[in-house]
Amino acid sequence: MSSSNYLFLTIIGCELATWLSRILPFVLLKKFTLPKAVVEFLSFVPIVIMSTMWFCNLFTAQPGQLPKANLEYLVAAVPTFIAAVISKSLLVIVIVGIVSLALLRLIL
Amino acid sequence: MESSLSKRAAVIDTIPTVFGYLGIASAFGVIARSTGFSTITVIMMSIIIYAGSAQFTTISMLVAGSPIASIIFTTFMVNSRMILMSTTVAPYFKKDKLGKGILIGTLLTDESFALAMNKLNFTNDKMNFSWFNTENMISYKTWVFATAIGAILGNFIKDPKQLGLDFANVAMFIGLLYLQVNNDKSLNKLLQVIVILLTMLLTYILTMILPPSLVIIVVTLIGCALGMVIKRVFF
Repeated sequence: MSSSNYLFLTIIGCELATWLSRILPFVLLKKFTLPKAVVEFLSFVPIVIMSTMWFCNLFTAQPGQLPKANLEYLVAAVPTFIAAVISKSLLVIVIVGIVSLALLRLIL
Repeated sequence: MESSLSKRAAVIDTIPTVFGYLGIASAFGVIARSTGFSTITVIMMSIIIYAGSAQFTTISMLVAGSPIASIIFTTFMVNSRMILMSTTVAPYFKKDKLGKGILIGTLLTDESFALAMNKLNFTNDKMNFSWFNTENMISYKTWVFATAIGAILGNFIKDPKQLGLDFANVAMFIGLLYLQVNNDKSLNKLLQVIVILLTMLLTYILTMILPPSLVIIVVTLIGCALGMVIKRVFF
């Protein structure tokens, strides 16, 4: 197979795999209603997804060893969290986060 | 965040998340370009696949010459959490035309999902097409624009990391998580904190034993199941 075909088919395949995951629930739930237990299960999706999107960035796998903690991210999380408590504004939180890490890298 | 679901409110609500897309998508542009893909190919990947961090996986597997089926399967696994997020969002659009729901689903991202879940705490659990679609459109355009900037300027700007932009997305999730726990009245606060700590533990343990593409989805499935069990037994 030519390399441009390989690239083209991969891109199309990845787009279909992602797109179907995104839209099928909308199509199916138009007709069906979820059982109560599933709704209860799904009520935990927001906090679990948000937590794991954060924690996944904190740990890096190392073969044969304990995962390595990302120290920069761990330290920068402190002012970011304080900004969250004080400001309760997402814009402030994100800016404090970016600036904290940039300063941290400047110092270290 | 205010209770209004107008387009204007959506624009204001979405601004903080833009930094995260800028950081990740420009990094994607720089990295994909430096791996040898043409500028057009790199931009088309963001336009067509629009799969966030999974696009990095696609790039590295393409470079390694992996079989197409395994690249597609990995992308599916990395993004299978989308099924859970779409399933959570879909009931809010049950009364809308199917086309609208499909459009919301097509452009749904981790960030737009998390922001919308936060918004629900301010709108008395109401959601509408115009707010969500405005949020999604800003996200999509920013993603493609930042990919293009990264791909075109890749040779000139060094590492987006030096600006601290790579942390924008992490900071955003820290913020959204805090605001969610703080504002969500449907779940007990202590229960939420317990689930978050368990998620941290799960992420740590599963990082050791699972391939990276599976960590997020397996953590999410186990984390939600544990949350449900703990809620039923103790709360």
